[in-house]
Amino acid sequence: MSFDSTYTRELPLVEAKKSFKEIDEVIALPTETKPTKGWWIAFSISSTALLIGAFCLSLTFYYGIGMWGNNNPVGWAFDIINFVFWIGIGHAGTLISAILFLFRQKWRTGIARFAEAMTIFAVMTAGIFPIIHTGRPWLAGYLLPLPNQNGVWVNFSSPLLWDVFAVSTYFTISFLFWGIGLIPDLATLRDRTTSKIKKTIYSVLSLGWTNSNRNWSNYERAYLILAGISTPLVLSVHTIVSFDFAVSVLPGWHTTIFPPYFVAGAIFSGFGMVSTVLILVRKVFNMEHIITIGHLEKMNKILLATGMMVGYAYGMEFFIAWYSGNTFEQFVFINRAFGPYAWAYWTMVSCNVIFPQLFWFKKIRRSIPITMVLVILVNVGMWFERFVIIVTSLHRDFLPSSWAMYYPTLVDLGLLLGSFGFFFTFLLLFLKTLTLVSISEIKAVVEGAQPTIHPHPGGNGQHHD
Amino acid sequence: MVSIMIKKLINFVKEYDSKDDREPRSKKLFGLAALYNTPNEIITAAADVAGKGYEKFDVYTPYPMHGMDDAMGMKSSKVGYVSFALGLTGMCLALLMIWWMSSVNYQNIIGGKPFFSLPPAIPITFEGTVLLTGIATVFGMLILFNQLPKINSPLNDTDFMKRVSSDKFGVVIKADDEKFSDSEVRKLFLSGGAFEIQEIYYRETNLGIKTPIFDGKFISIIFATAILTAIITYITLNIVLYDVVPFDWMWKQAKINSQSKSDFFPNKAGMREPVNGTVARGFLPYEYKGMPDSSVKLLSNPLAVSRKVLERGQERFNIYCSPCHGYFGEGDGRMKDQFPKPPSLHNQKVLNWSDGNIYHVITNGQNVMPSYAEQVSVDDRWAIIHYIRTLQRSKNASDEDLTKAK
Ligand code: HEC
Repeated sequence: MSFDSTYTRELPLVEAKKSFKEIDEVIALPTETKPTKGWWIAFSISSTALLIGAFCLSLTFYYGIGMWGNNNPVGWAFDIINFVFWIGIGHAGTLISAILFLFRQKWRTGIARFAEAMTIFAVMTAGIFPIIHTGRPWLAGYLLPLPNQNGVWVNFSSPLLWDVFAVSTYFTISFLFWGIGLIPDLATLRDRTTSKIKKTIYSVLSLGWTNSNRNWSNYERAYLILAGISTPLVLSVHTIVSFDFAVSVLPGWHTTIFPPYFVAGAIFSGFGMVSTVLILVRKVFNMEHIITIGHLEKMNKILLATGMMVGYAYGMEFFIAWYSGNTFEQFVFINRAFGPYAWAYWTMVSCNVIFPQLFWFKKIRRSIPITMVLVILVNVGMWFERFVIIVTSLHRDFLPSSWAMYYPTLVDLGLLLGSFGFFFTFLLLFLKTLTLVSISEIKAVVEGAQPTIHPHPGGNGQHHD
Repeated sequence: MVSIMIKKLINFVKEYDSKDDREPRSKKLFGLAALYNTPNEIITAAADVAGKGYEKFDVYTPYPMHGMDDAMGMKSSKVGYVSFALGLTGMCLALLMIWWMSSVNYQNIIGGKPFFSLPPAIPITFEGTVLLTGIATVFGMLILFNQLPKINSPLNDTDFMKRVSSDKFGVVIKADDEKFSDSEVRKLFLSGGAFEIQEIYYRETNLGIKTPIFDGKFISIIFATAILTAIITYITLNIVLYDVVPFDWMWKQAKINSQSKSDFFPNKAGMREPVNGTVARGFLPYEYKGMPDSSVKLLSNPLAVSRKVLERGQERFNIYCSPCHGYFGEGDGRMKDQFPKPPSLHNQKVLNWSDGNIYHVITNGQNVMPSYAEQVSVDDRWAIIHYIRTLQRSKNASDEDLTKAK
């Protein structure tokens, strides 16, 4: 059981029962103490960013989306870039909580809860953008097939509508997944707290969970089913996001490699974000024993793998453009790499493909400062990937007379900043109010947590191991 | 002044917060609970309890324990059936919705593609399946299978629960189990290595008739929230968002209706009339307008007789002609006594007329019968005429017709 020993090697306690208590204490600590200075600093930065975003959003609502840099021929810009960027970030959470669960990767328990929370906040952040992109967000209800005075329905063959269904399903399922994971932990918090108000809140939220094995049995089955359906779901979401582009007929978008390429990119960027935040969180909340360097190293390996998949896609796009013999297609790619947005293209390539190659070295994989720098570069690179895909394809299309450059406005930049503020404000509130590592899951993988005998009613227990 | 009040408030909240809120327990025993130290002890104890034939018992562990289901003699969980059933429902519902909305209820031509085809319906069908499976799994597991929420379970808020949600393992045998006997159960627990045995009593609210839902306080809180929500909603919708088009199912739209007034156009009418001389499709002007009967002998019916044409003619005749002429052209329409009675269409005159003459009457009108040129298109007029001929023939059928019809 090599995975189990990951924890015990760094947890200093030998006796299982004693370490359970310690796990409770370490994980529940942030929820039971006043916020530290570091938390307040982080919170004030993120809420300031959120306020700037809110201000820019009100400008947009008041004057209309003319406040943005979007203009013919670049009709999709920061709004859609940010949407794809944030929705991609979310994918790491589901990958960790569902796919790694199905593959019985026990190391995921240390980071799963946190990554799931990130998924939810990232999808929330992402959801803002397509809605404000419609120009009249207060009418966004009509994105759904709602009965109305004109008797007309939405267009079911449009990928944009598929997106509506995919993203809202994704949010609901991720939220449920995260929510049922929290129930046993909330019960533990309920039984720990001495405050009457907190106890009432935790009692209600934990639904009166009693840790009964008859309940655990159904709970575990439900968890397995959710993991089973989340796996194809997460793949479908970014596939459908890629359809927004691939189903159109624009050179540079109309390619069959988009779905797998987008999914790989989403996981890549998501892991980048998870690492970035985890490195800070484990330090601030003293959880180095639970979220270990081993975790970070494993995530770095995933980054290396998905980064190369993305690199393969970049190369393959070029190859197909040449191989297709289609002049428009060829022009778009040459324009990407050597045209006016070449700087964006090469930022993307170096951040996503070249720098992550350093993760081949074990020393670098296990070095926290270098990892930090590299994962931040991954975030930057993946944002630019969306920029490159969207803007370079649009700004020079079939008709040279309508070619133009795209320049973001201050409001665009403010909204981008605001999206980070929104995401991190929620994340910080989560860190302070709920358990950022699943207490019950961690306990289950501590050494000595599982019985070594398996008796049956009436019969004698037989040993294994 | 204000600071004193705030201080008082804080003190009040603090005092409230630190009050002991353990509910009083009744004298009725819920069950006996035993605590164990190690996973091996608990799993053996569970197997022992199940082996002794107890049925109303449960094991409490801070995390799911492998092999415990077998030790307790439990069957495997049935959550999956609910997920499967609802997942299938979700799939069918999504597919039906897409098919009905886009190819039955409102056919919208999009890129000349079929109104319904499977490939573009797959993504949404898939999402619908996953959505309902997920919701069914979670709520089925919680509500149906685990009977949650049950915040006031007798087990909650006890020392026993505080231990088993942290680092100890417990068994509870309920007092209403058929084989329950205090001394037997204690003996069984101790022989399995339990380090503590606790008696767990029902809460008073578990037994009492008083359900909190009918509690006066509870009702007034609900009432107050409802009123507050209503006021806030009213203010936000009607005052704060006054200028914003409300979400009104597209009832009000920023457009001028054809019957409404508009200051934009010189004639103040919202309706835009067609340019002079515009001819609507199917309504070509009539060349013998106002001319006497005799001039139209040359017109002949351009439509060939077919079932489709006759059915169309019947439909139009029933709509436009039957009110006066009656469904069979006998002049006994529903406008009887309110409008001059028209002659029967089976009279010798009409029988002898050419199709062109009837066409002339429909298009031009005749005495008190108005023209139907505005309502009935050229083709429909000819179809009606075929139908009138059918009516005439059926009224005066020859023997030959009858044998043919057989
Ligand atoms: C508003 C009642 C009304 C409707 C509707 C109406 N008619 Fe007439 N129709 C009359 C009257 C009344 C006469 C007799 C006019 C006259 O005095 O010459 C008449 C006369 C006729 C005649 C001539 C009969 C004759 O013996 O001179 C024909 C043919 C005829 N209608 C056909 C039609 C057809 C076809 C339609 C349907 C498109 C139609 N009518 C609808 C009232 C109506």
